[in-house]
Amino acid sequence: MELKVNGEAKSVSADPLSISDLLKLFKVEMPDMVSVQLNGTFVDRPTFGVTLIKDKDEIDFLYYMGGGQ
Amino acid sequence: MLRIKHQVVDALFEQAQKDAPLEACGYLAEKNGVVELHLPLKNIDASKTHFSLDPEEQFKAFRVIRSREMRLKAVYHSHPASPALPSPEDIRLAFDPFLSYVIVSLDKECSVKSFRIKAGAATEEAIEIV
Repeated sequence: MELKVNGEAKSVSADPLSISDLLKLFKVEMPDMVSVQLNGTFVDRPTFGVTLIKDKDEIDFLYYMGGGQ
Repeated sequence: MLRIKHQVVDALFEQAQKDAPLEACGYLAEKNGVVELHLPLKNIDASKTHFSLDPEEQFKAFRVIRSREMRLKAVYHSHPASPALPSPEDIRLAFDPFLSYVIVSLDKECSVKSFRIKAGAATEEAIEIV
C-alpha cells in the first residue's frame, strides 16, 4: 500500500493493516497517548485495532502534549 | 542543541507574559536546523500549573508546519512562577522522545531552557540564540 504518514509518502507491504498495526510499524511506544487522524478525521482510540487502512490513505498521529506541577 | 532565532525567543516571552498567570504553550518548528516559527496553541487546562494542547489544534499546527516545509522540533510551555525546570509531571507526560521540551520561566530572572526527555529522564540541551 502507498500511504502518506505524517505528511511523508510511505510504502507498506502489510495488508490488512489496522491503525494499531501502523503505530507498531512506526515504533510508537505509547499508542494510548497518541491521537490519530485518518484522512483528516479523528479515529477513536478504542477502535485503533479494528480500523483498517486502505491504499492511498493519509494518516497523521501526534502524541498527547501536556505537563504540570 | 536547540538553535533558535532571537525573534522566536522574544515571542515566547511575550506570549508567556500575556497569558500569565496561566501557563502558555505551543509548538516550535525548524527549517535547516534553526527554529524559525512558534505556533501558540490553546492551553485547554487554562491552569496556572498545568497545560494540555488541544489535539485538534495540534493537527492544524502540524499541517501548517508541513505546508511551510518545516519540521516540528519542540513543544514549549511557560512556568509563570517557577524555574525553567521540568516538573515530575512534565517528565511523566513527555511521551515523544524525538522532540525537545522548551520551558519559558517568568520566575525572578526570566529564562528559557530546553530539555530532551526520554524514558523518564530529562537532560538539558544547549540553546543557541541566533
